[in-house]
Amino acid sequence: MSSANHRNDRIVITGIGLTAPNGNDLEEYRANLLNGVSGVVPYETRYVGEVLAGVCQFDETRYQRRKEVRRGTRAGSVSIYCAQEAIAKSGLDWETVPKDRVGVYIGITEHGNVETENEIHEISQFDYDTKFWSHHHNPRTVANNPAGEVALSMGITGPHYTIGAACAAGNAGFIQGLQMLRLGEVDLAIAGGSSESIHTFGIFASFASQGALAKHEDPTKASRPFDTDRNGIVVSEGGCLCTLERLPDALARGATIYGEIVGYAMNTDATDFVLPNATRQAECIHLALSRAGLGPGDIDIVSSHATATEQGDIEECKALSSVFGDFPDVAINNTKSFIGHAMGAAGALELAGNLPAFQDGIAHATINVDNLDPKCGLPQIVANTPRQLDKVDVILNNSFGMLGINSVLIVKRYQAG
Amino acid sequence: MNPEEIRQAILEILTRIVPDEDLSELDDSVSFREQIELDSMDFLDIVMELRKQYRVQIPEDYYIHLDTMDGTVNYLTPLMRDIQSPA
Repeated sequence: MSSANHRNDRIVITGIGLTAPNGNDLEEYRANLLNGVSGVVPYETRYVGEVLAGVCQFDETRYQRRKEVRRGTRAGSVSIYCAQEAIAKSGLDWETVPKDRVGVYIGITEHGNVETENEIHEISQFDYDTKFWSHHHNPRTVANNPAGEVALSMGITGPHYTIGAACAAGNAGFIQGLQMLRLGEVDLAIAGGSSESIHTFGIFASFASQGALAKHEDPTKASRPFDTDRNGIVVSEGGCLCTLERLPDALARGATIYGEIVGYAMNTDATDFVLPNATRQAECIHLALSRAGLGPGDIDIVSSHATATEQGDIEECKALSSVFGDFPDVAINNTKSFIGHAMGAAGALELAGNLPAFQDGIAHATINVDNLDPKCGLPQIVANTPRQLDKVDVILNNSFGMLGINSVLIVKRYQAG
Repeated sequence: MNPEEIRQAILEILTRIVPDEDLSELDDSVSFREQIELDSMDFLDIVMELRKQYRVQIPEDYYIHLDTMDGTVNYLTPLMRDIQSPA
């Protein structure tokens, strides 16, 4: 491989757009992660009643006309907001970007449940007469909808699609963007993850039936990974899309580089519909490390996936212990403790919230760890207060999902050379 | 509902369907599509809202009558004469 090709294989993050339950841009989000500010609130959902959820408060009409908001989906609006913000932060002159060389790759946990539930509820008001079923149902529920709405809104004529990858989807979106850049399919990837899941009652009802829906009298304390008193998942909405570019392109235009994706891996447990598998998770981490040419001791921050389910947290801790057990200086944190589980957006948001550590050297905390579960008792967990590290050069981001899908992304502080 | 009430009902539907448009200067004799951004899916929203709110069924062959406000009101007047105005 020539050195020129090698440089073209280097993919960097040059813009970040996000909406999280506790912040609508990276600066606000990071400040709230460092200051222990949760985004979990009481939330009323159809049939289930009051639950706890992470709700985003971004301005939908900043980038969409009201008619476009009405015509599209919440996931579409989340994605458009994030994509536009990412472009704005990237410093790209959007008017001059060749739109046929832009790809949109958005990880999703699910899509279509919201609109299907809404339509069934609607026709229930009309004795289930399907003449009252909306003609908008199909364009709103096709699996590419969130990415397609971004392309439609921004005039992007390159490829667009979503990557269905359960709760590993955020990382999967980045991986897809990286691969398409390396293949030369596009020159700019808008990639990450998005979720509208709080607008479907089914996800709450299903987790409740599974005994995995978080409850707490104080909503801000409901999402408590690694804590003995955890009782399940807080479902959240959100999105995080990044502009990814080949390193030479980013350097040529003097772009701000938030980090370089140096390793990634995806694999499958092949053991259960919902229960995780520490062995496969550890294999996924090792594969990503291997591809990055790094060892466990090179990782400064591990952004964990843990969702505050008992078995999920314990299995991930087993995996982390097996990989990082001999490396006490790695900081392990968890973003879901602040924002809940943003599903398709989770992996992307959790990575983004940690990227500023390349500048400030701080590992944000895992909040709500009042009584660390001994089975999750990794000494490296950053509990309740942020930790100033000697250096932050490499961040490893875990994202796992149902049907045994595992994803790991490794991002390195950009260093010339 | 009388013709004026029907016109008001159509305006309220349009306000929801094309919320970015200024409908105050709508010319009732000119095609909707020449005055406001109204595509085929929006047009179907009008048909659906009439169905949901007033139980008025408009066969596809008669959509041509809904091109202008005047045409819409004229077409709907006999169909909605016996409907009580929601106001």
